[in-house]
Amino acid sequence: MSREIHIQPITRIEGHASIQIQLNEAGDVQDARVNIMSLRGFEKFIEGKPAEEVPRIVSRICGICPWMHHLASNKAVDRCFGVTPPPAAQKLRELMQTIAHAEDKLLHFFFLAAADFVIGPDADYSVRNVIGIAKAHPELAQKVVHMRHRAKMVLEKFAGKAIHPIAGVVGGFSKPMLEEDRREILAQMRELLDFALFTLEFAKTKVFPPYMETIQSLGVIRTGFIGTVDATGALNLYDGRVRLMKPDGTFTEFDVQDYADVLGEHVEPYSYAKMPYAKVWNEGFCLDENNPRGIYRANTLARINVADRIATPRAQAELEEFREKFGRPAQATLLYHWARLIEEVYACEHAIELLEDPEICDPQVRAEVEPRAGRGVGSVEAPRGTLIHDYSTDENGLITRANLIVGTTHNIAPMNLSVKQAARSLIHQGVVDQGLLNRVEMAVRAYDP
Amino acid sequence: MSVTVASEWLNACSGCEISLVDLGERLLDVLNLVEIVHMPVLLDHKYFGQTGDKKHVDIPEAEVGLISGGIRNEEHAHIAAHMRSRCKVIIALGTCATHGGIPALANSFPVSDLLERCFTTESTDENPRTFEPPVPQLLDRCSALDEHIAVDVYLPGCPPHPDQLFSALTALVQGTMPELPAKSVCDTCPTVREGKGKLTELRRFLQNPFYSSPREPLDKMPCLLEQGFLCMGPVTRAGCGGDATTPRCIAARVPCRGCYGPVRHDGNPMLDMLNALASNGIDVKSLPEFPSLLRFAGAHRLLRPSRPRKER
Repeated sequence: MSREIHIQPITRIEGHASIQIQLNEAGDVQDARVNIMSLRGFEKFIEGKPAEEVPRIVSRICGICPWMHHLASNKAVDRCFGVTPPPAAQKLRELMQTIAHAEDKLLHFFFLAAADFVIGPDADYSVRNVIGIAKAHPELAQKVVHMRHRAKMVLEKFAGKAIHPIAGVVGGFSKPMLEEDRREILAQMRELLDFALFTLEFAKTKVFPPYMETIQSLGVIRTGFIGTVDATGALNLYDGRVRLMKPDGTFTEFDVQDYADVLGEHVEPYSYAKMPYAKVWNEGFCLDENNPRGIYRANTLARINVADRIATPRAQAELEEFREKFGRPAQATLLYHWARLIEEVYACEHAIELLEDPEICDPQVRAEVEPRAGRGVGSVEAPRGTLIHDYSTDENGLITRANLIVGTTHNIAPMNLSVKQAARSLIHQGVVDQGLLNRVEMAVRAYDP
Repeated sequence: MSVTVASEWLNACSGCEISLVDLGERLLDVLNLVEIVHMPVLLDHKYFGQTGDKKHVDIPEAEVGLISGGIRNEEHAHIAAHMRSRCKVIIALGTCATHGGIPALANSFPVSDLLERCFTTESTDENPRTFEPPVPQLLDRCSALDEHIAVDVYLPGCPPHPDQLFSALTALVQGTMPELPAKSVCDTCPTVREGKGKLTELRRFLQNPFYSSPREPLDKMPCLLEQGFLCMGPVTRAGCGGDATTPRCIAARVPCRGCYGPVRHDGNPMLDMLNALASNGIDVKSLPEFPSLLRFAGAHRLLRPSRPRKER
């Protein structure tokens, strides 16, 4: 008898989503989908607002990565008004973003994802969570909570608000960094780097090994990838050119100002989130898992796949080891977790580099700005993918039109494919249980949505 | 003795939940004092049972129900009503739940305009812009929680500061009701106010405020409103600085935008601010637009779509 399984809500992710799995008469999977349940309408309601206010409004798109929206928005408004922030301001913005990345990855790995590995995917839901980890491994939990909190408090102490930031301002940054701030934050980031290296080692030796077969078989699909690189092809989270890689590993680069020529957004009636795809490949959009078309992925695994290298030594060594094991591009979905921890090391190393640059303390942090009519696209790499804010302003500098492509949405189409692949390989003759359905959700959780 | 807690997020961004995680080491103390029975961000409890076989939403009973986010669609309304029926005390967590928050800025536009804009951008394919279950239908506006269900405790803030969350949760565990600061952001702001100034017009925030040196403490910096920047401090509830009390935006030398909502729960920050400006002789026409004065408090029908102009 055909029936439908409805996993609602998808848990230990950010946001509102559910999974529908349709079984046929034989109890095998006919189709599976991810539904994105909410729509708030930011693209509409920022219209008419003074553009310089928008970076403080759009941060509310996401409370986990508010810095990313804040900074992409600031960059877009800078472009609308034709202003270039002074070097120290650019560095302060990038530093804040880098620390926010470092904090976010610890959050995602330990609070949202790790329970599936540390406690086990079949454990009862009541213990398969961060509280279960805290009970089973109190010392580790103490350390995780402490380190993540320290990173977060660096942001709050220096920049005012850590969640829904305000310190990025059109034309620059709201205050300069003092030498004593620099020394204090540098010491904190060195400590965080030690913890990042510990975490990666812990994951590689204790967390992932029992699940290597699962990692290489659950939710695996073959897609292209997107991410930002600098002029030398190295991973860059803050600025650079966007690189779009085909499933075969060949790639092209584009300036984010031209994103609309390269990317399209497809709409399905079962999801409020649009599904970006590679329009430039001229193959259209198709979610058939045997013949996917236009599908690429963003976020950690995508970034380390598209980048030729990572410019900091510890993270580069880890990237080399990763590539030796899994190739380039690596396609296994659960490898997002591994890639996430490599990026964690990079974020800590890069924050230290920025802090060791004396120019970061230059008191000149904001350029003069006049509102004007213009158009600007701003982007950064958010933890969940390439984040694009595109605004137009009128002669008073009020927003007339906005288009946003949010990091997570790049992965909505691939999530659908991964869920289909996972459900098809796990569900037979209509037999399901909690652990098995949790494995289907793990294929979503890897994307850190 | 542990207190059972159920938690839901509705028309929200998850910032309130992250603020809870930002309790740091205190989080582990809190987790020892409460038993979480439902919390989608951290716990895998499902609405329709763990294998999705129940017909109706079933969230376990709990002493405390924490709800962040306002109500924007049919699913939010349903979950809020169910939480009300299952929890003894309902806490509206964060300014979206107490006053609509940033998402209620959408109330300046009809829903059809939101859908039209989101699904016709230049990068979006042509599509019919209709959605089918389980995707919930949007309601005609974004509401605060108490427009749909009775709320026992209000904890505003975008997000509420972890210090305040900690004292509120501690109070509830001890069986007492948490208390909110009754002051305004101005009352807790250390900057220097000189009283009625010569100011007649406001400036947009296009340059940083004046202060003589980055080393100069905040209690030497002139009030940002008196420097001519719109600062919502006079009409905004205090508390964003947590135990440190100094308002967090001011600490970054940036004017307040009102994220803790009105000082009085049912106040109207737009009217109050326009009054404050006018009574100080500041020309309110110098504001580039007005809805931003209700940036965090657009629920309770305070922000509405402007009436369509009649065709002549």
